[in-house]
Parts: sequence; structure tokens; C-alpha cells
Amino acid sequence: MTAISDLAKLTPRDLFNNVGDWVLQYVLKPIGQILLFVVIAGSSISLLALVVGFVLQTDWHGIDILRVPARINLFEQVVRQLPNMFLDGITIGFVYAVIALGYTMVYGVLKFINFAHSEIFMMGAVIGYEVMVRLRDGQLLTTLPPLLVIVLMIAAAMVICGGVAVIVERVAYKPLRGAPRLVPLISAIGVSFFLTDFVRGFQALNRNIFNMPYLTDQIPFLTQRIVLAEGLSTTNTTFIIILSAVIMLVGLNYFVNATKIGKGIRAVSQDQATASLMGINVNLMITITFMVGGALGGAAGVLYGLKTTNVTPYIGFIPGLKAFTAAVLGGIGNITGAMLGGLLLGMLEAFFSALLPYFPALGLGYSDIFAFAVLILVLLFRPTGLLGKKVDEKV
Amino acid sequence: MATYTISENKSPQLNWREALPTIFAIAYVLVVFTLLRSLSRTDLWFPTYSAILFPMFVFSPFIIFALKIPLELRAVLIAIIGLVLMPILGMQDSFYLELITQIAIFAAMAIGLNVVVGFAGLLDLGYVAFFAVGAYLWGIFTSNANTIVRATGAQAAPEMFWLFLFLGVIAAAITGILLGLPVLRLRGDYLAIVTLGFGEIIRILVSNLSNISSNRRNPINITNGAQGLPGIVSPPLPDFAFQAVEGLTNALGLPVNNVRAFTYQLFYYGLVLLVCGLAALIAARLDNSPIGRAWTAIREDEVAAQAMGVPKVKMKLLAFAMGASFAGAMGVIFAARNTFVSPESFSFIQSIFILAIVIVGGMGSIRGAILGAVIVTLLNLQVLKNFSLQINALKNIDWVVPILNFPIRDWPQQLEPARYERFVFGLLLIIMMIFRPSGVWPAKRRQMELQEAMGKEEIPEKEIEADVVVIKPEDLLSQEPKEKP
Repeated sequence: MTAISDLAKLTPRDLFNNVGDWVLQYVLKPIGQILLFVVIAGSSISLLALVVGFVLQTDWHGIDILRVPARINLFEQVVRQLPNMFLDGITIGFVYAVIALGYTMVYGVLKFINFAHSEIFMMGAVIGYEVMVRLRDGQLLTTLPPLLVIVLMIAAAMVICGGVAVIVERVAYKPLRGAPRLVPLISAIGVSFFLTDFVRGFQALNRNIFNMPYLTDQIPFLTQRIVLAEGLSTTNTTFIIILSAVIMLVGLNYFVNATKIGKGIRAVSQDQATASLMGINVNLMITITFMVGGALGGAAGVLYGLKTTNVTPYIGFIPGLKAFTAAVLGGIGNITGAMLGGLLLGMLEAFFSALLPYFPALGLGYSDIFAFAVLILVLLFRPTGLLGKKVDEKV
Repeated sequence: MATYTISENKSPQLNWREALPTIFAIAYVLVVFTLLRSLSRTDLWFPTYSAILFPMFVFSPFIIFALKIPLELRAVLIAIIGLVLMPILGMQDSFYLELITQIAIFAAMAIGLNVVVGFAGLLDLGYVAFFAVGAYLWGIFTSNANTIVRATGAQAAPEMFWLFLFLGVIAAAITGILLGLPVLRLRGDYLAIVTLGFGEIIRILVSNLSNISSNRRNPINITNGAQGLPGIVSPPLPDFAFQAVEGLTNALGLPVNNVRAFTYQLFYYGLVLLVCGLAALIAARLDNSPIGRAWTAIREDEVAAQAMGVPKVKMKLLAFAMGASFAGAMGVIFAARNTFVSPESFSFIQSIFILAIVIVGGMGSIRGAILGAVIVTLLNLQVLKNFSLQINALKNIDWVVPILNFPIRDWPQQLEPARYERFVFGLLLIIMMIFRPSGVWPAKRRQMELQEAMGKEEIPEKEIEADVVVIKPEDLLSQEPKEKP
């Protein structure tokens, strides 16, 4: 009961009397920041693509595996594909950014890699599928407004995944506070494996299925193609993903920077002992961090499901690893950094997916290597990430 | 040793009471062995019996090892179990020999990972990559797949197995150093993720370095891609080995169907045991050497270790190289024994599987790694599978669980135990971390460290009870009237 009364005490209050200032501070500024990141990520990766296309268009410099078939002009192809690549990269980048927030928030507070976050994300995708199927069974999928369907999916995923993340923290991490760093990490790996098979078993018993294809094709609104420009078309799903991700990022920004709970979380992430001396309920803050991180992960799962439309209990691992890479790239523990890292990594992935098919010696099979290569390179040359601060190790 | 002080006297008088555990242990081994021998595959309850008895049998060397009798005697008893009883069981049912070989392979790898994780404290989540290096080394050079090696006629002769065993060790050690170099600066959990990424890179590389894929015209086929490398050869064995095995099996009255295959099984069993023993010996000697102490120092406090003059870079690289080399050797043996390797054998779950062995056994404990290999491998390869078999066998006869009155036919097909190894291992890791992070058979030092860190230092309770006088309220009340008179 104490937890609830504490929550009541910590109800967010507006710090600004002036609504205009408030909007500027907590809506326009973060959106501007996100836009800036989109521009940075988009332009840098586009530039990279153009340079690669230009350098390799005619001459492969004696490196056999970089040889492009003679009839293809790589530079032209890159220019033609650039808008699509950009849109694709931004979409998946936002999904990575939302997942990366879960990693980075937990790391900020507990200094530990929540390996199970990828499975929370996977559960979100599965819950989105469940909601869709249940709506269809109730004849509501096509009658309800499409946006409401998606809001329902995301809301269900957020609630359940937030709860699961809190339970996981209570059961598997809380007893291990203060243990050597590897102990909770191994426990988290255990949770990740456990959840994978738990969901698989649950869905096998529940529906006797392993693949859970999203029913997006039953909602015309989602599959209808929209021609943005010559040779560039997309579906409403893309916009929904980007919009929901932006709303969540802005909301999180508000939550962390403007509410008392957010302040508490920041205090705990800076110094747990001092924060507890200042009267902050450290355990509650950690629980809330897991809840928020889990909710974001669940929502990202739904968005990922909407994008790829095929969900299995095993989808968590690779996107989870990529999102972790994104968090490290931006500077782990840094919320803004996670957004930048996610967008950059998404763009990079789109870049490789667009370019690799032109190299017959390589092929798409290698596209996953690049995320890991980026991770290793970042940790080699800038272990604190792009926006991270250097933290000296205490002796 | 204390037990046998009497036998050191000139008139050896056995103290029967002190010899009782030994007698019980030997009786236990013989009873379990006889029961295992008497099992018949046609029996309805065979999977359950075998899933209970075989682990009991495999645990027997550990029971013998724990006896308080001279080391030589224990060694002889364990050798009898390993070199006489086990092959006899193998003659009866070669699956047991397969199982024990798998256990030894994983035990050797767990010992290697233990050097990296347990001794030096560097969590490696991509350990299986080194295993892959060894396996693919022998695989690429002897497979009958149409790889670049075959195309250029550079294939290795089967006799070169021993050379390649050595080369596998070297190649894996070099890979270990190559992985170690970039990640030296990283802290524990970052390191874990980078090694995970490294393991995945190796897996993606071996599944892509080929010309076998749609719309790909890579001229060079190195690993044969996701299809894997079939037809890997075994080293040749001398003819007398086959004759000896045939003679032996006939003499024991347990003729095997395929003498050739069985001889190879025995050969791999022996080889793997040998390598595993060697690995354990090397790891134990290293642990007690200046190198081992340097690793411990780095594990406990990197900065302090450096300040005391421990060469951090060299020691970390050595840990990676040592750990990797055991996996490299086992990779070569694995490829030869399996005659087939594919990228699927080297996925992330395999790394976690080996890590689970180390965790269950106890980080930094060699005997723990071996025991962990027994527990985890048997759980994965025998117990879970046998439960599935048992359920299916019971379904066939429409069996009903007696007291619960639950018809086994209603047990859902989807809940086959053998398919839930992730569930079981995940749970195992969590439970181990929460309740016994030092493992089932930990190294002393490691156990103390963990207890200290978790604030659970073993406070001898009795001493405290003696120091603190507990005064209950009712005592005070009852004492007062007593003093008055």
C-alpha cells in the first residue's frame, strides 16, 4: 500500500504556468531534436551510400568481392533507391530507438544489461497478434477504426509487457542486487531463454501455432499504397510506426525530464545511495524504470510486427541485439543517445539491405554482420558512445 | 587420508566402520551397473528407468572421488568404472557410449570456458565460435562437399587428423587472441555482448562463405554454406584394433552388430576422455601457477592487479587463447566423430549451453565443470528426451496416471519435454543464480567471494548465540520473584 501512496505523492505537476512554454519545452523541443537526429542519421548514411556508389560504380579496385555486375551502374542505383532507403531506415530506426530506450534506461539505473528485454519486445509482438486475432474473432477487426485497433494493440502490449518486466525484475534481478556484475547478466540470459520457450509453449497450447502472421492484410487502411513521389511509395503502416514512435519518445522525454518520478529515476541513476538518503524510494524507482522500459519494449514489438508482419517466439534475439547496439552507439545510459543510435543503426541497416544485393559475391546473408561490426567498432574507438560521457572507473 | 592411517601400520587392520562408505560406494556402482545391464529396450518403462539409472551410473565416479580413501585407490576405482564398466555398457547399448562421449566433449569445452569466465572473469558469450573454428578446420579439409579445397585438390589425408588436432588448437588460440585484442579495454558486461556479436559473426560467416545460394555467383565455396559439410573423415585405425574389439566383444558374450562403427565409438570415447583429462590437468596446473594467480587478481580487481604489476594485456590474451584452444581441439574431434558439421551446431544457444555447464558446476571450479557437463548434458540429451519417449510409449497403451486419474493421452502433444530445453536451461540459470551462484561444486575461493559480495558471509551462528545472552520478557518476570526470598 505504501507504493500507491508514494505514487500519489509523486503525481506530476506542471512546472510551467504558461501553456505555451510547456508546449515549447516538452513537445516542440523534443520533436525538433528527433527531427535533427533524423536529418543527421539520414544525411550521414545517405552520404555514405552515395560515396560507396560513386567509388564502386565502375571500378572495384581489384577487390573481387566488391565487383558489381557489368551492366549495373551502382551510383545510379543508389540514387534511385535513396528515398526508399531513407524511409525504410527511419521506420526501422524508430523501432530500434524505442527498444534501445528499454536497455538504456535499465542500464542507467542498475548498470546492468537487461538481456531479457529482447524477449519482452517479442512478447509485445505476440500480444499485438493476439489482440488482432481476438478482434477478428469478435468481428471487430474490420469494423473498428484502424487507428483504434492499433491503439488497442499497443496499449495491451504496453500494459502486459510492463507488468512482465516488473515481475521479471522482482523475481530474477532483485535478489541479485549487489552481486558481481556477471551474476544478474547470467540470470537475465536465463530469463530470456525461459520467456522464449514460455511464449512458444503458450501459443502452441493456445492456438497450436508457431508463426504468428499479423492480419494487416485484412485492414485495407494499412496495406493501401501511398505514392509519395515518383518511384517512392509506402503504406500507412510506415506513418503509423513513425508517429507512434515519436509520440512515445516525446512522452518519455516528458516523463523523465518533467515529472517527479522522472527526477527520481535520474537521481537513482546518478547515485543510488545518495538518492535514497534524499528520501527517494530506490526500489520503487527501479520498478518504475523496468515498467516503463518494458512498456516501451512491448509497444516496439507491436510496431515491429506491423512492419515485418511475421512474428515468431524467436524474433526477439536479433532486433534486441541491434537495439542494444543502438543504445551503445548512442552512449548507454543516455536516453537521447538511444534515439540517435537507433535511427543511425536503422539507416545503416537499410543501407546494407539496399546495397548488398548488388554485390553477387556477398549477398543479403551478411546484412546482420554489420550491426555487430558497428557494435565492436564503437566499443573499440568510442566505448562511451556518440553522446555518452566518460565515466572513470572507481578504484 | 585419515581413514586409512591404520593400513599404514605393519599389520593392516581394516577399520570396518571407516571402510563402510567405500564398501557402500562400490556396492552402489555394482548395483546400478547390474540394473542398467538388465534393462531391456522393449520394456514399457525403459525410458524412465534408463533416465534414472544412467545418470546414477555417471555420477558414481564423483561419489568415488568424494570418498576419504587414498588418491591411488580412488583413481583405480574410477578407471575401472570408466574403462571397463562403461565400454561393457556401450556394447550392450551404444547410445550410452554416445552420451558419455558428448558429456566429455562438453566437459572439455566447459573447462576451457571456465578458464576464461571462471579464472580470468571474462564472460564470453560466443565461446562456441572457437569450437566452430576447430570443427570447420577439419571439415573444410576433408569433407566431400564441393569446396575450394576439394576443387584445388588440397584435401587432407585421414592420417593427418593428429596434425590437424594440433592445428585446431593453434587456430582456435589465434582466433581467441584476435577476439581478445579489440575487447581488452572493455568491462565485463560490454565484453559479454561483444563476444556474443563475435560468435554470431563467425556463425554468419560460415553460413555465407559459399556459392550455394540463390542469385549468388561467388566463385569461392569455402564452408558450403548453410547446408554444412558432409562426409568428414575419421582418422584410420590399425586393423588389430578392430580384431581386438571383435575378439573382446565375443569373449564377453556381447557381440555388436557393426564392429567397425563400435571400434570408432570406443576410439572417440577414449580420445575424448584423454583430451578432457588433459584439459582438466592443464587447467588445474594453470590455476595453481603464477598465471592462475594473475588471472584471479585481474578478476577480483583489474586496476589493483595492474598496479601490482600484473601484465593485464598478456594475461587476458592468454586466458582467451587457453580457453579457445580446448574448444578448438574438441571441434576437430567433433567434426571427425559426427562426419558432418553445419552452422546450426554453432548457434548462440550452444554457447549458452556451455555457459550453463560452467554456471551449474561452479565458476572457477574444474571438478564443477565436469560435474556440470554431466548434469546439463544428461538433462538435455537423455532425461528430457526420455521423458518424451516415455510419454509417447504410455500414450500408446492408453495409460492413466493412478492417483490423479489423468489419462496420459490428454497430455498435449505441444508439451513434449524434449522440445523445451530453453525453458529448462533458462530456469536452471535463474535458479542457480538466485540460490547458488557459486555452483553445485564450487571452488572454495569463488564461493567465499560471492558470499562476501552478496552480504551473506557465513557467520557461524553458534558462536553468536554464545556471545549474545537472549533475555526473554517472561524470564525477567519470572526472575524477580525468585530473587526476593
